[in-house]
Amino acid sequence: MKSTKLTYLLVCALAMTLAATGCKKKPVRVTDLPGQRVGSPGGGQPTPLPPGGTVPGGETPIGGGQLPEDLNDLSRFNQDRETLAAHIVHFDFDSAVVKSSEKANVEAVAAYMKSTPKVALLVEGHCDERGTEEYNRALGERRALALREALVSSGADASRITTRSFGEDKPVAVGHDESAWKQNRRGEFVVLHPK
Amino acid sequence: MKKIMRLKPFLIAAGLLCFGCATQAQSDIEITKDIIPGNTKPIPVSLSGFTGEAAEVIQFDLYVQGFSFTTPDVAQYLISGGNNGNLTGRATDRFNKSVLVNKSYTGASLRRQAHAFVEDFLHAIGRKGVDPTKKIAFKVDTGANGEIYIADFDGHNAQAITHDNAIVAAPAWVPGRLALCYTSYRFGNPDIFLHDLTTGQRTGVARFAGSNISPAPSPDGSKVAMILSKSGAVDLWVANIDGSGLRQLTKTREDDSSPCWSPDGQWICFATKINERRSLCKVPAAGGPVQRISTSGVSNPSEPDWSPDGKWIVFTAQMGGFEICVVPASGGTATLLVSGEDPSWSPNSRTVVFARRSGGSRRLSLLDVPTKQVKDVSRISGSNSQPSWAK
Repeated sequence: MKSTKLTYLLVCALAMTLAATGCKKKPVRVTDLPGQRVGSPGGGQPTPLPPGGTVPGGETPIGGGQLPEDLNDLSRFNQDRETLAAHIVHFDFDSAVVKSSEKANVEAVAAYMKSTPKVALLVEGHCDERGTEEYNRALGERRALALREALVSSGADASRITTRSFGEDKPVAVGHDESAWKQNRRGEFVVLHPK
Repeated sequence: MKKIMRLKPFLIAAGLLCFGCATQAQSDIEITKDIIPGNTKPIPVSLSGFTGEAAEVIQFDLYVQGFSFTTPDVAQYLISGGNNGNLTGRATDRFNKSVLVNKSYTGASLRRQAHAFVEDFLHAIGRKGVDPTKKIAFKVDTGANGEIYIADFDGHNAQAITHDNAIVAAPAWVPGRLALCYTSYRFGNPDIFLHDLTTGQRTGVARFAGSNISPAPSPDGSKVAMILSKSGAVDLWVANIDGSGLRQLTKTREDDSSPCWSPDGQWICFATKINERRSLCKVPAAGGPVQRISTSGVSNPSEPDWSPDGKWIVFTAQMGGFEICVVPASGGTATLLVSGEDPSWSPNSRTVVFARRSGGSRRLSLLDVPTKQVKDVSRISGSNSQPSWAK
């Protein structure tokens, strides 16, 4: 009987302490976000993407007018979706983590890049519809970058890999349920053959 | 019996814990004296004498600015007139009998005259109207591709300003100019352009490798905040409006998105993830540490827009569906207003244009934040989304 009373008092004391302090919000402080960056293996330095389009400048007419080709890097290549189509990588909801179950796909793509020196690679990130449009555009890019990082970790050459995001704009499955959504949360590998 | 005896202390403890949490949560509510978002009664007016398109416009404009319609005996304001050819309009205060507006309108179109009459009425009662000359920009998707459009705030007089036949996104007005920034995939990967609507010329602002997305021109039109991935991570950058003078403002592994500026140009607010939790944050536009803006009561905030009067941030919260919410600009308790996403403030810091999902598609709608009154705008065939209201 005594032990029950003691337990009762201890628990009440604990509860009141928790009630007083446990829910208190931390005071608003200026805090730096962690300064981690996407980096190449074994080094702290971030790996910059290969040079893209030229620094902006010059006037560009809208509409049907012909534009100078040297402003468009991707136009120097033929885009080949077929060669690596078997290795599309899928992601969990709201995540850009390359799952361990996708390791085989990443390794296969890295092996292809290592054995095919003349090509470059465009990694595309895609999302399902369950996000706002710009959020998804950013998430898709993060997925593409995560795959690029994984490829580099597997020995692929970072200077031959670029990325782009399509957000939720290019679903492969048009349903509004998980069976469609999980197909749409993906990274695709587009081989770039120089023209 | 023994089992119940042992359980009792824990039940009491749980009760105390809940009580403690409840009292702590109450101290987070900020008391603001002006508009109470979502909790303001509409002002009743009576309308008579207008017909057809004039009546439509007047009714629409008043509804989306927080008025309701009733009989003259109980209205606060009596609004009457005619539109036989040109519009004539009269508005009186039913209580003090003062004549607020008594005008004939000429020129432009009947729609424009009707818009102008409502503006005059609002000014006469000390309110800022939407300013019908301030247009909205948005994107229209038709299947795989889309174009950027501009229109009157009610969706009328829409015109396409791109003919890229590509994926386009996130148009944003350059304040004080007839110019837009937006993203286009016309040349393969997403690039940010500055498009001068008076000359029809557009120039590249950010055309780096990777994705260049979510442009947000500064309130004085001299700079633009953007999300770029050129460094190998999805981060916030700022540059001069022509793309020169590029500076990186965030360096994180998380995907930062949707920047917007404080009206004084000192801060950039954006969406990111801190400690695994999606949050709104702000960073000094000149560079500096990132601070979290709390949005208590809702989760997964994104797509913020800072009101021109500096007081509120409107944003999308994703909790199952998508909800338009507001929070005081310094952070605090968020107020959920209406289902929808991607809001943009009118210059009056009261009306918001946003997109809502309808079937498999999106359409634009207007929201009066104080009264939560909502009305769809005219739509262009296809999915209409990502609106930006000119300031």
